[in-house]
Amino acid sequence: MINVQNLTKRYGSHLAVDNISFQVSEGEILGFLGPNGAGKSTTMNILTGYLSSSEGTVTINGHDILEEPNEAKASIGYLPEQPPLYLDMTVREYLDFVFDLKQCKFNRKKHIAEICRLMQIEHVYDRLIKNLSKGYRQRVGFAQALIGNPPVLVLDEPTVGLDPNQIIEIRALIKNLGKHHTVILSSHILQEIEAVCDRIVIINEGKLVADDTASALSEKYSSDRRRMALIAGDEKRVTDILTHLPGVEDVVCYGEKEDGVYEYAIEPQDGADFRRALFTALSKEGYPLLGLRSMEMSLEEIFISLTREQLPQTTRKGGKSK
Amino acid sequence: MSAIFKREFKTYFTSPIGYVVLAMIYGLSGYYFFMYNLANGYADLSYVFSSVMTLLVLLVLPVLTMRLMSDDKRQKTDQALLTAPVSLTGIVLGKFFAALLLFAIGISIMLVFAVIIATKVTPDWLVVFGNFIGLLLLGAMLIAIGLLISCLTESQFVAALGTFLASFALLMVDSVGSMLSSSTVAVAITDFLSISKRYSTFTGGLMQYDDIIFFVSMTALFLFITVRVLDRKRWN
Repeated sequence: MINVQNLTKRYGSHLAVDNISFQVSEGEILGFLGPNGAGKSTTMNILTGYLSSSEGTVTINGHDILEEPNEAKASIGYLPEQPPLYLDMTVREYLDFVFDLKQCKFNRKKHIAEICRLMQIEHVYDRLIKNLSKGYRQRVGFAQALIGNPPVLVLDEPTVGLDPNQIIEIRALIKNLGKHHTVILSSHILQEIEAVCDRIVIINEGKLVADDTASALSEKYSSDRRRMALIAGDEKRVTDILTHLPGVEDVVCYGEKEDGVYEYAIEPQDGADFRRALFTALSKEGYPLLGLRSMEMSLEEIFISLTREQLPQTTRKGGKSK
Repeated sequence: MSAIFKREFKTYFTSPIGYVVLAMIYGLSGYYFFMYNLANGYADLSYVFSSVMTLLVLLVLPVLTMRLMSDDKRQKTDQALLTAPVSLTGIVLGKFFAALLLFAIGISIMLVFAVIIATKVTPDWLVVFGNFIGLLLLGAMLIAIGLLISCLTESQFVAALGTFLASFALLMVDSVGSMLSSSTVAVAITDFLSISKRYSTFTGGLMQYDDIIFFVSMTALFLFITVRVLDRKRWN
């Protein structure tokens, strides 16, 4: 659906995007991650035809963005970082204008009403955009992208300025849209990317540093497969039980964490999952299991380690509970 | 293109610009029409057209064109336009025709003046229409220049000032020509560029092909440059 090949963008001598290639297939939600100034917005601006690339090609829905710009652009709904709103228009006038601009063939009233219902902006429909709050402006910008029901949606930080309830709604909406649309989504918020996206592309200083699913990324970048267990009861006895569990390679006790509760690092044999056996064994012996967490890296830690390579790898602390 | 044309034209009337421009044209030309034609019982509209209108063009057109492109860039709404399935030419022409239509509505007041005169004596209709068409062509060319300048800046004020200076310089070409009258080459060049000379043949009721072609092709040239500048910006 979207095919980016060797994309490069120079601003004078500054290399904003450096030889990036990736594909997005139909119905996929791709997360676009990177620190500020990594080239996320530039890449999205090139994908949508707002900027031209210095080198490389972008094909949207089979149309090259430079060779057949109108066909390619007709397949894209774009929500830029700052929604492109005419502040002196009402929401109604603005969406009408976008409808005309995109030369939509749908029933105007029905189509726009449907989108307004989806974005929950019906009650501000007749208000001037300049009088709307940032959250509403963001939603009007999102509505603008949906007009014409384009097969590809490019969303540059779509949840900026929304309150937590709205963020959850918009994420659910994007997830839902992803069933029938191809979506590229950029965000600083890693939980958002993790919650919504099928696949993640991480770019840093214009270069593509990772392109995979979240689980594959954490598998690839964390060599540590240990699990940390908190177990109440006699240290020696528990260590003995753990060591004899099927699928366990090695057990190290990390000492007493609470009164009578010890922490153990359990290393599994290759690919083995000992969690069920662990539970049964402990409950049979009457030692309560108080906690179990993976040492796998979270997306956040992978992101930090990939985008701050110059720093020593001390950022890699214990993982989050899974 | 039609969506952009409609929006731009409507915006003239959701902002004060459209009203200010029309009020300036109607007020000033009405005043001179009254003082010159009605009070003196004079049937020739050429004076009102040529003197008053060139002044008006100078004052009004920069206001008309200043925000056409600069505002889109400032508000980042150009991202909506440039990522929509519309060609750059479509965007530029939509904006151009919106400004031209408002300008045409403004100068149509002269036709109303002619009709008022016609109730008493028959005006020289050829002179009236010559004036009207000449002014429209002159306006179209200056709007195209204003559009180009508006494309070069994000500031409406800079755009207005730039357009004013450019139009002023074009109207001043004649006096430069008379200073350089010893050089035949300079005179040939200034004669060719002189929009006031070309415009004055229209005010005499004379419609010459080369003048029409000059104004139309200059308009097209500046619109073309505007499209190129817009395109160029995407590459930098």
